[in-house]
Amino acid sequence: MKKAINLNVNGVSRTDEVEPRMLLVHYLRDILELTGTHVGCETSLCGACTVMLDGQAVKSCTVFAVQADGGNVTTIEGLAKNGELHPVQEGFWEKHGLQCGYCTPGMIVTAAQLLDRNADPSREEICHGLEGNLCRCTGYQHIIEAVQYAAKKAGQA
Amino acid sequence: MTNNYVGKRVKRTEDPRLIRGLAHYVDDISLPNTLHVAFVRSIYAHAKINSIDTSAALAAPGVVAVYTGKDVADKIGPVPCAGALPDLKVPDHRVLAKDKVYFVGHPIAAVVAKDRYAARDAVDLVMVDYEDLPVVTDVEAAAAGGPVIHDSFSDNIAYRLTSGEGDIDAAFAAADRTVKQRILHRRLAPIAMEPRGVLARYFPGEEELTIWSSTQIPHLMRTQVALMIGIPENKLRVITPEVGGGFGSKLNVYSEEALLGWISMQLGKPVKWIETRRENIQATIHGRGQVGDIEVAIKNDGTVLGLRYSVFADMGAYHQLLTPAIPTLTGLMLSGAYRIPAIQMNITACFTNKMATDAYRGAGRPEATYVVERAFDLVAAELGMDPAEVRRKNFPAASEFPFHTATGLDYDSGDYETALNKAQEIAGYAALREEQKKAREEGRLIGIGVSTYVEICALGPSQAMPAGGWESATVRIEPTGKVTVLTGASPHGQGQETSFAQIAADELGVKINDVTVIHGDTGVVQYGIGTFGSRATAVGGTAVFVAIQKLKEKAHKIATHMLQADATRVSFEGGKYSLQAAAAASATGTSEPVVPVAEAPAAALPEPQTEGKTSLTIQDIALAAHIAKELPPDTEPGLSATYFFEPKNFTFPFGTHICVVEVDRETGDIKFLRYVAVDDCGKVINPMLVDGQVHGGIVQSIGQAMFEEVVYDEQGQLVTGTLMDYAVPRASHVPNFELDRTETPSPVNPLGVKGVGEAGTIGATPAIVGAIVDALAPFGVKHLDMPIKPENVWRIINGH
Repeated sequence: MKKAINLNVNGVSRTDEVEPRMLLVHYLRDILELTGTHVGCETSLCGACTVMLDGQAVKSCTVFAVQADGGNVTTIEGLAKNGELHPVQEGFWEKHGLQCGYCTPGMIVTAAQLLDRNADPSREEICHGLEGNLCRCTGYQHIIEAVQYAAKKAGQA
Repeated sequence: MTNNYVGKRVKRTEDPRLIRGLAHYVDDISLPNTLHVAFVRSIYAHAKINSIDTSAALAAPGVVAVYTGKDVADKIGPVPCAGALPDLKVPDHRVLAKDKVYFVGHPIAAVVAKDRYAARDAVDLVMVDYEDLPVVTDVEAAAAGGPVIHDSFSDNIAYRLTSGEGDIDAAFAAADRTVKQRILHRRLAPIAMEPRGVLARYFPGEEELTIWSSTQIPHLMRTQVALMIGIPENKLRVITPEVGGGFGSKLNVYSEEALLGWISMQLGKPVKWIETRRENIQATIHGRGQVGDIEVAIKNDGTVLGLRYSVFADMGAYHQLLTPAIPTLTGLMLSGAYRIPAIQMNITACFTNKMATDAYRGAGRPEATYVVERAFDLVAAELGMDPAEVRRKNFPAASEFPFHTATGLDYDSGDYETALNKAQEIAGYAALREEQKKAREEGRLIGIGVSTYVEICALGPSQAMPAGGWESATVRIEPTGKVTVLTGASPHGQGQETSFAQIAADELGVKINDVTVIHGDTGVVQYGIGTFGSRATAVGGTAVFVAIQKLKEKAHKIATHMLQADATRVSFEGGKYSLQAAAAASATGTSEPVVPVAEAPAAALPEPQTEGKTSLTIQDIALAAHIAKELPPDTEPGLSATYFFEPKNFTFPFGTHICVVEVDRETGDIKFLRYVAVDDCGKVINPMLVDGQVHGGIVQSIGQAMFEEVVYDEQGQLVTGTLMDYAVPRASHVPNFELDRTETPSPVNPLGVKGVGEAGTIGATPAIVGAIVDALAPFGVKHLDMPIKPENVWRIINGH
């Protein structure tokens, strides 16, 4: 039995009928074709699927699409505005915060949300804020530097 | 050549698509009418399959087909093993289990359905009647006798091998003392963040099959899968889109790759399978899995006379592509960074009821480095010497290279003492030892670990490799002046799209944005070997470099002709061929393409304007070569060159890592105080990428040293089947790394590069473990097996 949902994704209003058990990540990827959000573990342990739901970073592999009904979702595809990279995206590029890139969208969304809460985090606060996101390539140092870069850049703006 | 890019910190050209979520991994590619595959996998480690009932699954909504081992046994050939060793036992490894299952996760049936939810639902409806059999999980027990896993063999021993040079018995006879230690290398899961995935589409009319797979070796996979499913190799195209990490786990040919291709041929529709994380930990190769005894013969002054390592290597139930070869790599690297006149390695490789082990970042070398470095720490403790000094005493001098080892290798170049000195200087080693002494007096537990590693890279000469150790490149300049580089070394995070473009842009004197590096598509790229064994830049990058030299020879001839000059009077500088008198004036900066494509697309290609010119850009020449109206006699039109580079030796990067930790007496918690790494990977193309490789490698070492362990219980059940149980390091676990380098060029390739992909994983574990052991030295601790968890530490401190 499908259920209708209304939500706003990256500034666009959507209405779709989905199975109640459809995961938000599959709704985003398979129905809306927003494949920037990745699935890495299906158990909310790796953070590759992180999106912003009503301003909170959530793991979309453990949220049903119907739970996002009426909500505002921002995915990695929605972070750059008018062709300008989000400061966190810029930081990742500038500081080599990614290698294979698979964890990157979730990592960037989490970091963006972290900076929303705390505009000038310490190294420890950044590490703590990123604890829900796994990266197997970078060893995190360049990711931490990318977030520091973004904080500085956003602070200057 | 110009030097605008090589050696510089150039931002990656692949990043804009990745940071905006616009890149395509296998699961991001959707084709109309795609069917989805989910697998029924064994819940037993060892069992007989009495029957499989697929009727309920077939009747489930959305299910299109279910295939079992019986359906494919005579249709799909065995999963390949490329390891060739004397008397190696190779079990018949079918893509789906038929009569027996041999490990938890062993694929039994493939369910094909209209969407991934329906496929997963129907997996639960396949009824498998198992009869459980005795399980073998311990590798030493497997060697000792007991139940035999494979009926076709008389025991569980896959092979035995003894290797090494020098008179090992004489070395031990001449020793003042010997030091011994039993050392465990637990099984590790590579955990690429993107699990494996396969999409296959067959065109019945054209009889062509395309497989998109998350693999490190598209061409080798094409050859093997074509053989497995019986399709002509040139009718199979393998595409590796974005690959989300590999670490060796995708340096393989897996059941699912052949099976998906075959299913697509049966059903005439695209089929997709995306591995779940649970499947990834169960049925993607594991790394390490050795237990062995190291023995070292020493003189009282710290001179090492001989080293013997006798090891049991856990193969798992079947061989994957390189399973049996991995312990032999351990044997090759047992000389470490030292002069050791006699070395002996004894391998007993056994089958167990577990997933296969194979190449995980380092692939046999971390085991070697770890046992050798641990042994040097034990020697230092035995003799009351500083661990750094025991190492220094046994280094070969920089003047002794190429240096022959008793493992049969010739190290290309090295200056181990300089790297050690530099690391000690950065760390403030002497002051650290003083600080440690003071801290101990105050009851604080500070430990310092030193590792002076050497590793083997640029795999490798074809003589030493199962399926060729060369790499290929094609470089061509298109009519519009854009440079296309095709490489067989398809990356999965290493950044070759940038580093190879750096090499090409400098060699051709063009802007880096004019260079596009294409890889990972067997329909487009000439045959290649792949990215693994820290070989991409040293072997693949060299192929790019040499192909460009070939291309420039031709361009030089055309330039000479077009400038109506004598060949000796035309020189190439800054992207331009110039008459020598005029060369000095025009040889600055990079050249502009003749056709400004991006700005204003031309309706037709312009005629090359050469009259009265004293110089031509290489891009002018490319246009002329394509229009082919003004070429020297007997010149082939077009401007491209292909080169297959065969290295004459491996390369041997090295370095010193120094780790400082403090252990909390109350909790056993281990805190990093410092981490200094001085690595020497030869010439550096892009220091930013090198730093990234080192960081990532060290953190995988931290995982191995302190957290990671694939655990099977006595029944062969996988206890660490999710990322909740298999602990991968997180951001809060890592120290701030202090990196530096020395630069000793390799004489093996014209770029002087060595390789850096695995250095961190090889060099770091001994430094980390050495530091923890050193912190606990006041409790009489001389060695601890990885992973060293707070609980182990707390028990030592509290005497439990």
